[in-house]
Amino acid sequence: MYERDSRLTAAIAKATAEKRPARVPFLTAGCPSPDCFWERLQELEANGADIIEVGVPFSDPVADGPVIAAASQRAILNGVDLDWILEGLAKISLKVPVVLMSYANPLVQYAWERATGASLSQKVLASLRLLAKDLTPTVAGVIIPDVPLEESGPFHVSLDEVGIDLIVLVGPNVSSQRMEKYARLARGYVYVVSVLGTTGVRDGLPLEVKATLARARAAFDVPLALGFGVKEPKQLEGLSRLPDAVIFGSALVKHLENGGAVKDFMAPWLEYYPKS
Amino acid sequence: MKGYYGEFGGQYVPEVLMPPLLELEEAMETYLTESSFKAELAELLSDYAGRPTPLTLCPRLSQDLGFNLRLKREDLLFTGAHKINNTLGQALLAKRMGKTELLAETGAGQHGVATATAAARLGLSATIFMGAVDVERQRVNVERMRILGARVEAVEEGTKTLKDAINEALRYWLTNQKTAHYCFGTAAGPHPFPSLVRYFQAIISQEAKEQYLKALGRLPDLVVAAVGGGSNAIGAFSEFIPHKVALVGVEAAGTGEPGCYNSAPLNLGRPGILHGQRSMLLQTPKGQVLPSHSISAGLDYPSVGPEHAHLNAIGRVKYGLASDQEALAAFMALSRSEGILPALEPSHGLAWILANREKIDRGSEVMLCLSGRGDKDLDIVLGNLPLKD
Repeated sequence: MYERDSRLTAAIAKATAEKRPARVPFLTAGCPSPDCFWERLQELEANGADIIEVGVPFSDPVADGPVIAAASQRAILNGVDLDWILEGLAKISLKVPVVLMSYANPLVQYAWERATGASLSQKVLASLRLLAKDLTPTVAGVIIPDVPLEESGPFHVSLDEVGIDLIVLVGPNVSSQRMEKYARLARGYVYVVSVLGTTGVRDGLPLEVKATLARARAAFDVPLALGFGVKEPKQLEGLSRLPDAVIFGSALVKHLENGGAVKDFMAPWLEYYPKS
Repeated sequence: MKGYYGEFGGQYVPEVLMPPLLELEEAMETYLTESSFKAELAELLSDYAGRPTPLTLCPRLSQDLGFNLRLKREDLLFTGAHKINNTLGQALLAKRMGKTELLAETGAGQHGVATATAAARLGLSATIFMGAVDVERQRVNVERMRILGARVEAVEEGTKTLKDAINEALRYWLTNQKTAHYCFGTAAGPHPFPSLVRYFQAIISQEAKEQYLKALGRLPDLVVAAVGGGSNAIGAFSEFIPHKVALVGVEAAGTGEPGCYNSAPLNLGRPGILHGQRSMLLQTPKGQVLPSHSISAGLDYPSVGPEHAHLNAIGRVKYGLASDQEALAAFMALSRSEGILPALEPSHGLAWILANREKIDRGSEVMLCLSGRGDKDLDIVLGNLPLKD
């Protein structure tokens, strides 16, 4: 078992003590508009978020469905990038821990011009170390949806040495054997993808979620967060053992883009104490 | 490192795509060396696709240039380009794996047509992803695919071109991985696609090597091929890489003006990650992928296969540039001097040869991979080049 303290694990443990899954909203940076994005983050904190995930926009988001892909595209057109995100996070200084969700390329390129290395791999690592240093004041964890185990080395090393958690993602088709390999890397929480598919709102959760959660439970000793398709508490009915945290992204993005209030979206989750 | 060519390649994909990639890698190890697989593929390539393709000397151009120019005639293959070498191979492999559907991305529609063709021949269904902009400008190929029984999905996201079609194909594969095989069109993408596509396209240089040895008793001095994703080029180079043969890949420079949109990541990009691979990439300083441009749809891609990035980095292959206008001039030159209408992709290769003729030794043997025929490009050529009598 890995011993370093994790702000993310601690935030989830607090929710567990309150007999409820931790609430982890996801919002693409600059959504619903760059002007009111920061206000929405503060409202999420005020309305019971335990951890907040912020999406770094990327031109080619292969793991995302139409809602987040479109939000990402708009954010890029609005000039939203990692510098903008880090500056803003420093200004509003949230109390809940923040996790960045970013595809690999914007992370590798962030400090590319400042990085030096004798080989390409060394330059990549140097660039990621400069990035990690800049993330330290405001970011507790990073999710990189296009970096599987095989490519995680430099990302894990650079983040881990400054105490930032690289979040592992697993899905229904990931074998127990592969989960075991991931176990030694897992920090903060494990992101359990509910379906074989992209991000996006779904009505129910597939039956295989139960089996995936059970396999992940056996392989990992960090908390499990369930995401992809989650919108409201009633979707969790029928799960014999609940995840330690739930992540809601597309549903929230859609709600806010349609002019909905953070408070209304969070309300059902604030009343959800299934374990009491 | 596994799945890397030097420092380029890898598998930058969501974890849920790793199981099908590992399954594919395993299937390659099991089936590609199997004698029954080899025999079936050889028969398809000869009796259905029309292999071997000739090596044609260009007598009039050669006289003018002062060296012998020979064309490896992939334009004579069924469906008009080298793409069918790859799609027949992958379709056969998909069947061995028990898959029932082929999915593919396509830009101009050539790989889409070749995939739809292979699927029809082998009794598989086909779903082809194509940017909405490309669907509009390549109507005829869309209809060809539909006639062949394929479902064509117009992709409305991002730049609505090839790059976005690949994103959507990857998403579809993620969801349908149990039944579908992603028939990737070029020697790029996550491992093992670059080596899989190379394996099926290597037949270009395997045949050419035999043909040179038989006709001249020696290998060519120089081999030239156009590079978009790089599948015809890696096929034309692979057998010659260990030998003393100069190799030149030619990227599309777009209009050729400084700062213009182009398709030349090896010359004008820097290392980056897109579509599952680390390779050279056209991108903004912040790492957003830039739109690419070339008059040749088959070269219009912001990245390039990782083996080309490696061969460039170690200096084994030289990568040159040719602009839209130079390619059009080369298109006309080959049409008028040899009676062969080349596709705009290999026209870039010929353009490089014409522009660098002074640097090529007199009397040397030069091979150009003529990856496809030009009929598909007539509208573009006519729209850009007023024909003179």
